[in-house]
Amino acid sequence: MSTPPLITVEQLAFERDDCNVFKPASFNVEAGDIVQLEGANGAGKTTLMRLMTSALQPTSGALLYKGRPINDCRYEYLDSILYIGHQSGVKMTLSAEENLRWMSPASVSSAEITQALDAVGLRGFADMPCYSLSAGQHRRVALARLHTSKAAVWYLDEPFTSIDKQGALALQQQLEIHVQQGGAVVLTTHQNLPLDGLRKYIVESHTDLGVQP
Amino acid sequence: MIAGSQGFAGYLRRDLLLAYRRRGEVASPLIFFVLVSTLIPLGISPDSARLAELAPGIIWVMALLATLLSTETLFASDYQDGSLEQLLISPQLLALSVLGKIVAHWLVTGLPLTMVSPLIGVMLSLPAEGLLPLMASLALGTACLSLIGAVGAALTVSLRKGGLLLSVLVIPLYMPVIIFGSAAVQAAVDGLNWLGPLAVLGAMLSAAVALCPLAIAGALRLVSNN
Repeated sequence: MSTPPLITVEQLAFERDDCNVFKPASFNVEAGDIVQLEGANGAGKTTLMRLMTSALQPTSGALLYKGRPINDCRYEYLDSILYIGHQSGVKMTLSAEENLRWMSPASVSSAEITQALDAVGLRGFADMPCYSLSAGQHRRVALARLHTSKAAVWYLDEPFTSIDKQGALALQQQLEIHVQQGGAVVLTTHQNLPLDGLRKYIVESHTDLGVQP
Repeated sequence: MIAGSQGFAGYLRRDLLLAYRRRGEVASPLIFFVLVSTLIPLGISPDSARLAELAPGIIWVMALLATLLSTETLFASDYQDGSLEQLLISPQLLALSVLGKIVAHWLVTGLPLTMVSPLIGVMLSLPAEGLLPLMASLALGTACLSLIGAVGAALTVSLRKGGLLLSVLVIPLYMPVIIFGSAAVQAAVDGLNWLGPLAVLGAMLSAAVALCPLAIAGALRLVSNN
């Protein structure tokens, strides 16, 4: 018997004002996959991703984790995912180190926190309150979670926003290492990523389904 | 230092630290409470007999308004910066994390109000036998107000101008608290047994601790589902 895929998205749909936001989505995410959700602005990429993190409840369809419905293994699933959204949850009045400490698992040591901040280029900024950091640095604080997290599945919504070229390259390498180690990544971005094992899923907006002009 | 373990203790510690970093903002309900109290003798009458009669009710109304003032922001910043979404998908019991936030909120609003209330009582000529019941009833009562207010704050968190709606939602629920809170103080001033109304407040607090976090967890899931 073959093992079920890590995550199965089955006809997942979400209605807002009685309209489907996007065409019901079906695809699998296997260990070792990088899945890029692609689509026009407003097509519903973020909505689909939030459905997959179970922050949103789908109107119809199902989300399966290792072949089981998400509601049967919710805590196990939440324990194995990491989500960084547009609003990354970085607290402005806390320092970079305090933010990362807060967002990392309890078992992470302070040496690992320092290493993670060094790795995202925030050496020397660890003790500064985040309101004095730049937009790119905020994103780096959030992305430092990728170094401390034990989660197998990463959901990254526009992770390359306001990150400089070197930072983007480092992030791409990190994604590749993560999937080589048996993890999986689901991300949205408008960039073309030169990554091995990248698969694209096109999110078709509801308006695309209508009558063509 | 914040512990990475989230849950009840984690949110309690984090929110206390956040409150400490925004001391000025967090102190505003307390300052409101003290400032308005200084206006009462000017607006009504400096006559101590008349003030003493009104004091239990006035202090309670002001404490209620001061708590309401601070309730709106309970989930607002977490909602704006995405922390609330992280809370919803954290593998912890949502109701317990929420309770941690509320306890932190009470420690920085209700508790300071309770601590300064004897001072306000003296300013408004509240008889000395009313001071202990005032503190006891405010300690229990403001905790109820924080819990009930948090339900309203959770329901209105996604609205840009949710303040008015929040007041309309929670003030009816605040009514029993203020009735029994000021009744306890009034009873003590009148030389009656004030433990009865206080016990009712205690019962309300027990019910609120048990039920409000569940209601808030439900409200937060509902509100984020759009």
